[in-house]
Amino acid sequence: MDLVTPDVGLIFWTFISFVILFFVLKKFAWKPIVGTVNDREQSIKDALASAENAKKEMKNLTADNERILKEARAEREIMIKEARDLKTKMISDAKEEAKVAADKMISQAQEAIKNEKKSAIADLKNQVASLSIEIAEKVVENELSDKEKQLKLVEDMLSDTTLN
Amino acid sequence: MKTTKFNVFRIFILGVFFVLVSTPTFAISDEPEEEEFKVTEVIMHHIKDAHDFHLLDWDGHPISIPLPVLLWTENGLVAFMSSEFRHDDSGKVIVERNGQKFVKYHEEIYYASNSADENGTYMLFNEEHDPLNEHPFDFSITKLVFTMFVSMLLLILIFGFSARAYTKNGVPKGIAKFTEPLVVFIRDDVAIPNIGERHYKKFLPFLLTLFFFIWINNIMGLIPFFPFSANLSGNIAFTFVLALITFVMTTILGTKDYWKHIFWMPGVPVPLKPFLALIEFAGIFIKPASLMIRLFANITAGHIIILSLISLIFIFKSIWVSPGSIFFAVFVGLIEVLVVAIQAYIFTMLSALYIGSAMEKHEH
Repeated sequence: MDLVTPDVGLIFWTFISFVILFFVLKKFAWKPIVGTVNDREQSIKDALASAENAKKEMKNLTADNERILKEARAEREIMIKEARDLKTKMISDAKEEAKVAADKMISQAQEAIKNEKKSAIADLKNQVASLSIEIAEKVVENELSDKEKQLKLVEDMLSDTTLN
Repeated sequence: MKTTKFNVFRIFILGVFFVLVSTPTFAISDEPEEEEFKVTEVIMHHIKDAHDFHLLDWDGHPISIPLPVLLWTENGLVAFMSSEFRHDDSGKVIVERNGQKFVKYHEEIYYASNSADENGTYMLFNEEHDPLNEHPFDFSITKLVFTMFVSMLLLILIFGFSARAYTKNGVPKGIAKFTEPLVVFIRDDVAIPNIGERHYKKFLPFLLTLFFFIWINNIMGLIPFFPFSANLSGNIAFTFVLALITFVMTTILGTKDYWKHIFWMPGVPVPLKPFLALIEFAGIFIKPASLMIRLFANITAGHIIILSLISLIFIFKSIWVSPGSIFFAVFVGLIEVLVVAIQAYIFTMLSALYIGSAMEKHEH
């Protein structure tokens, strides 16, 4: 029976000891240990989460890169097409201009030729006139010496000379 | 090489053991018995508290460390060292303080009777040989209290150092590598499942203190030399206090739901409710009482088994019994190492469970 009768002194000391132990350990052991463990677990969790985020970001970045590359490629296509169009347009424009210039030159030349011809004809007319006058002079001179002959000559000459 | 040596040793031990077990009668000494070996008395003396710390007997004289005796008497506080009783435990030596005379009888301190009886004992007994003397309140630093202080010191040292054995980024070094898994175990497998994520933080320090206080005292009880060897966690006063703390906590923390489930169980036919209330009400007290008795009985039983096995040598009065009893004592001792951890765990687990159930809010 002695064994199952709690002793007052021991109850007292156990209670005191437990309470002291509780407060001492709580302050100097459990708080720092559990705090450190919790902090560490939190930091591990955070690190894992941030790694996951980084992975995601990396993925996004790759996708972005691909998109930019694609866009660049498309832009290049457009630029090349534009350049090609510009080239054809320039060539056709040049051709057109050249044609216009040539036409102009041709017409000018024709005009010039026409004028030249006119002046040549006028010149020729003048020469023919003066020549005719000279001939007429000579014939007159000659015919004045020989009447028959003069007449004959005039006749011959007139038959030979044709106005153009 | 080592294993073969060990096997030879094992076979030798087993052989010796079987020879001894098969012929126990021959082991009994033929010498005339000088003094009867009282097993019960010896074992009871070992598992109970004492006023001084007995180290060993040398040449027939006990050598022990005296401990302070503190008494709250009719004339106030009285203090002296237990050595003043001069190893007497039968009420024959009187210590006089403050005009009062004290004797020690079976590790209990009584006011001495005025005159000695025929055996020289200053005690009065009834027919059943129970002492009739009055006794003062005994607040002595007994063997168990001394052991408890040692265990406190050890715990504070172990966990104080553990708390400082962390690097800046929270990596455990040295002793913290050993203690941290235990702390995390109590947190993850005792506190959180039983109390819940929301409230467990408030009770974790209590549960940790409880677990390690019980466990270290259990272990210290298994180590058979000074300053250990005391049966503190197998003492009903110790388990009583711890169970009482759990009981007070559940009673104070009990939510409305908790008390409703005790006195007017919802979801049960009305005629049954009073009976359930009766059972549940008894349960409030039975739960901590079972905590108290479980730890006390388990640890005390372990001590009794080991002491009984050792006592076999003295019962048979033959050294030839010793290999057998030592073999079994070691065997039981190893089981005890497991049992003391499990008992500390169970006490903590059930405390957490009771606290958790007191704080639970039911959804209906």
